Amino acid sequence: MADAIVRLSGIYKSFAGVKALQNVSLTIKPGEIHCLVGENGCGKSTLIKIIAGVYPRDSGSVVINGREYEHLHPIDSIREGIQVIYQDFSLFPNLTVAENIALNEQLAAGRRFVNWRHVREVAEEAIAQLEVHLPLQARVEDMSVANKQLIAIAKALRQNARLIIMDEPTSALTEREIRTLFAVIRRLRERSGIAFLFVSHKLNEVLEISETITVMRNGQVVSSGPAETYDTARLVFEMTGQRIAEKAYDYTPDLSAPALLRVENLSVPGVLHDVSLELRAQEIVGVTGLLGSGRTELALALFGLLPIASGQIYIDERPVTIHSVQDAIRHGIGYVPEDRLTEGLFLDQSIGRNIVVRTIDRLRNRFGLIEPSLVTQQVNRWIDSLRIKAADPALPVKTLSGGNQQRVVVAKWLASNPRLMILNGPTMGVDVGSKNEIHELIKQLAREGMGLLVISDDIPELLQTCNRILLMRNGTIVEEILPRETNENELAAKLIED
Amino acid sequence: MQESLKRNMLMRELLSENQTLRLFIITVLIFIAFSLLLGERFFSVRNLQSMAVQFPEFGILAFAILITMLTGGIDLSIVGAANLSAIVSALILTRLSGDGGAGIPLEATIPLAMVAALAVASLCGLLNGFLVARVGITPILATLGTGSLYTGLSYVITGGPAITTTQLAFIGNGTIAGVPIPVIVFIVLAIIFAVMLNRTSFGFNVYMLGTNPRAALFSGIHNERVLMRTYWLAGLVAGIAGIIFLARANSAKPDYGETFILLTVLIAILGGVRYTGGFGTVSGLVLSVLSIQFLSTGLNMLMLQLSGSSAAIFFRQFAWGALLLLVMVVNYYVEQRRQRSV
Amino acid sequence: MSRIFRSNEALVAVTIVLLSLVIGLNNPTFFSVGNLFDLLRSSIVLGIFAMGVLIVIISGGIDVSFTAIGIFAMYSTTRILKGFMPEAPIWVAFMIAGAIGLGLGMINAFFIARFRLPTLIVTLGTLSMFHGFLLFAIGNQIIRDVPPAMDQFARSALVRIPLERGVANLHPAILITAAAALVVWFLLNFTMLGRGIYALGGSREAAERAGFNVPRIQYFIYSFVGLLSGIAGMTFGSLARQANPQDIVGTELNVIAAVVLGGAQLTGGRGTVIGTILGVLLVVIASNSLILIGVPTVWQRVVIGLIILIGTGLPAIQARRAAQRGASSL
Repeated sequence: MADAIVRLSGIYKSFAGVKALQNVSLTIKPGEIHCLVGENGCGKSTLIKIIAGVYPRDSGSVVINGREYEHLHPIDSIREGIQVIYQDFSLFPNLTVAENIALNEQLAAGRRFVNWRHVREVAEEAIAQLEVHLPLQARVEDMSVANKQLIAIAKALRQNARLIIMDEPTSALTEREIRTLFAVIRRLRERSGIAFLFVSHKLNEVLEISETITVMRNGQVVSSGPAETYDTARLVFEMTGQRIAEKAYDYTPDLSAPALLRVENLSVPGVLHDVSLELRAQEIVGVTGLLGSGRTELALALFGLLPIASGQIYIDERPVTIHSVQDAIRHGIGYVPEDRLTEGLFLDQSIGRNIVVRTIDRLRNRFGLIEPSLVTQQVNRWIDSLRIKAADPALPVKTLSGGNQQRVVVAKWLASNPRLMILNGPTMGVDVGSKNEIHELIKQLAREGMGLLVISDDIPELLQTCNRILLMRNGTIVEEILPRETNENELAAKLIED
Repeated sequence: MQESLKRNMLMRELLSENQTLRLFIITVLIFIAFSLLLGERFFSVRNLQSMAVQFPEFGILAFAILITMLTGGIDLSIVGAANLSAIVSALILTRLSGDGGAGIPLEATIPLAMVAALAVASLCGLLNGFLVARVGITPILATLGTGSLYTGLSYVITGGPAITTTQLAFIGNGTIAGVPIPVIVFIVLAIIFAVMLNRTSFGFNVYMLGTNPRAALFSGIHNERVLMRTYWLAGLVAGIAGIIFLARANSAKPDYGETFILLTVLIAILGGVRYTGGFGTVSGLVLSVLSIQFLSTGLNMLMLQLSGSSAAIFFRQFAWGALLLLVMVVNYYVEQRRQRSV
Repeated sequence: MSRIFRSNEALVAVTIVLLSLVIGLNNPTFFSVGNLFDLLRSSIVLGIFAMGVLIVIISGGIDVSFTAIGIFAMYSTTRILKGFMPEAPIWVAFMIAGAIGLGLGMINAFFIARFRLPTLIVTLGTLSMFHGFLLFAIGNQIIRDVPPAMDQFARSALVRIPLERGVANLHPAILITAAAALVVWFLLNFTMLGRGIYALGGSREAAERAGFNVPRIQYFIYSFVGLLSGIAGMTFGSLARQANPQDIVGTELNVIAAVVLGGAQLTGGRGTVIGTILGVLLVVIASNSLILIGVPTVWQRVVIGLIILIGTGLPAIQARRAAQRGASSL
């Protein structure tokens, strides 16, 4: 099989003593659509970077287009036709679509002067290959995320790509945009023989588009084979491994009790449409849907970050207005955001400070000044009760692992005693062990009287932690699902139903 | 695993606590160096007293730069605001009291003049805060613009020349228990800022906002309010500095202290303030102020020894610029080493 | 309506027209040839500086040391000419000034490119360093008897139009400004280096990934600004017919205002030569012509400050409103 584009064998890679990859082998054939599946932290990104030449491997062999590379540099990888599209697309927002597509090629060709007609021709050619429509003279910053991705692909094409690697390509796309993307991928594969390597954790999409799937877990390859031999259940099982089957959270609320949260006909133009729901204390309600379904927007609206056009929110059956984050907090709502690194944590500040940032006002003495002993007390209390593994609370929070960081964010909110917690993607980027513990924490909080809203697209997580799941589509809730009445495959199918 | 973690912890503490310690050592070293080089001219009570009344002028302004830099911004209008406050103050004193004045007794006009200075300075600060927090202009541009505005207004009011009055000389030259009043003002401000930054929730929020404004928003911090208050305080501090200007020089000019912007930025950077926001201490700032004062006087004396006196001022300008660059390069290497040890 | 607001240049052009009408209707001498030539003359030095600063701001940085570079180059060149080649023609003077400016600019480039230091603070430092060094080591006295080349240049005129009283002169230095504008325009729009400057301002990381040599681009930018500043300073000295080492420094804001008003944003990636030219015109009209409607020149600084605040405030408010409406940008 000398015509494989990429053949990795026995790859080992460690970072500061932590094994990121162990004995990993991967083969990508020309024109193949290959998906690399695994949870966060399983080594997918590291593997990609080794193929791209960004990281050197510790041991094992790397053969690209039949040529063995002792040291692979990014420029070698690019020359061999391997193009990586990162999650930020590496585009220039202030330049036009045409220029973005043509720029790398112009640079590589060593041009000194710009021939605008050539730029336009190059761009038109690339777009024609994709058979999509993109306005060439528009600024990239005005383009949608989906279009930016297509532009990035067009750009890759211009550099004679034989293999295009895409890192979580569908995480920011709506359903229709995913269709377009898949059509483009298939077209490129058929017409130009370009291979694709997808890194994804979206199982339904993986099953739909791939020909070959490789599953990774904890830095090792669990299995690899034709897509037909996989289904959701097998993928989930291999991705997550032998784990203690979590007991589902089966709770039926007493419908006569007052609702902790009631939302009636909530609308935000273009984003949320007539959303109504109820949440009672001790409930863990899941909200799921593809991007564009409004699931994150619902959370933001409840938390005061998205102005509501019409509708009413009730806390304890009393109508409230939530115009700002302060309003939401005052009504006892807490929010653990999706992107904890930029939205949830102050990375350079200490763990302790991150924990008390919400409650600093209450840790004062009678002169109104912050009392350090009270701060230390509270910090230690939360580190203990949430079992945050930190050597010293004075260390910056960025030194913690993903799972522990998430715990810090949760601690920050628990410290202010919310009655309702909204968690968006609570176990994203968290290792398997911490995942279980965070799920247990969520259930415990519910048992103790809190109401929780869990927004997630992690199907097993939804089935195991929620007593009700709300499915959203196009900005509205379309279905309420009881976990005990469904299974993973069914739920996954419902997500992508049209 | 535990052992190496503990060792890392210690290293980190040394590297960060050590910043204040390092500064302390630097300050002491500079003092010793100049004492040795210049002997009694530097190391004398008279010189210490002379230095003591000089540093509060820019030292007080440094607090304004400190607090705005902590939020990740900067206030380039502080000198303009200080001068405007001083001019308004002087105007009140000369028009309402003293020779050619309206005959209102000094007991009334002096407090009035000081209150007016602070009021004007507050307005300057609030305008800055409004532009940065509500309108959303980037601090560099906003304060460059308002700086021009305030200095321009100073020129409009005075027509160009200075307004002289000796009514506040008692502040400039007076002492309480042997300590010059400007120094006492500086010390009081240092204590207030230290307490405010370390022991109030406002100070806490300033640090967090400066570290990550988005996370601050998501954590319920009222970003706009914190920023407004920050720039208002910076303005207020500039007003206090303006009063000191007037008290020391017995005159208020629109173009006084033009070099102070660079000087205060240098003091902040030397004092360990991160211009990206979120980190910086009052103790570091105070030590930095002292270092700069020692350097200023020491270099002055050295230059007088070596060449003509008029050139000395210009050499200092050169020295401050060069020192700022030097400090930043040193910080760069220190940061590199810190990254490697992590 | 919002389409018009989108084009910053159009907005500035409209403002210029309106302002001109307001002033002109009040005092028709605004439209006289004499005044127009005066406005052009005032735009000369400002314009050359502005072209350099434009490049810096497009790349995402800021430079406040250009005035110090300008005066340093001009004063040093004057002394060199007087000392070593008093009969040298004017183009030699410009060459020397340009070379000195280039050298000083390279110092800026070194600190910014090698250590990745923030551009504002670096150039604040070099501003002080260059100016201090000039006054301390090279000279702090005004040179009133400038070399004949400079003197002749100052008196020369491109176009002479006799008026009722006196003559209206259009100084040939306007050609320098025009040349600078043309060179920068060509650089930005037709060379890969120029596109690299835009790219750098758009996203440094993407520029690096695309293969741009970012430090080399930065070296070019700051050296080129130095070169232009040296030429601008020399032009200034020639027009003023004296070399005063305390001149120019302190007028940075006018240049920055002109560039920012012309559509360049401090965040980088945006800005055009046309916009900057319009910005220069607006600043010059606002500073110089207020006297024609009875506003004393002492209000100049206030006016410039207000122009900056309004000129950056309005787009900022617009951007905020747009962000609030486009909820998904959250």
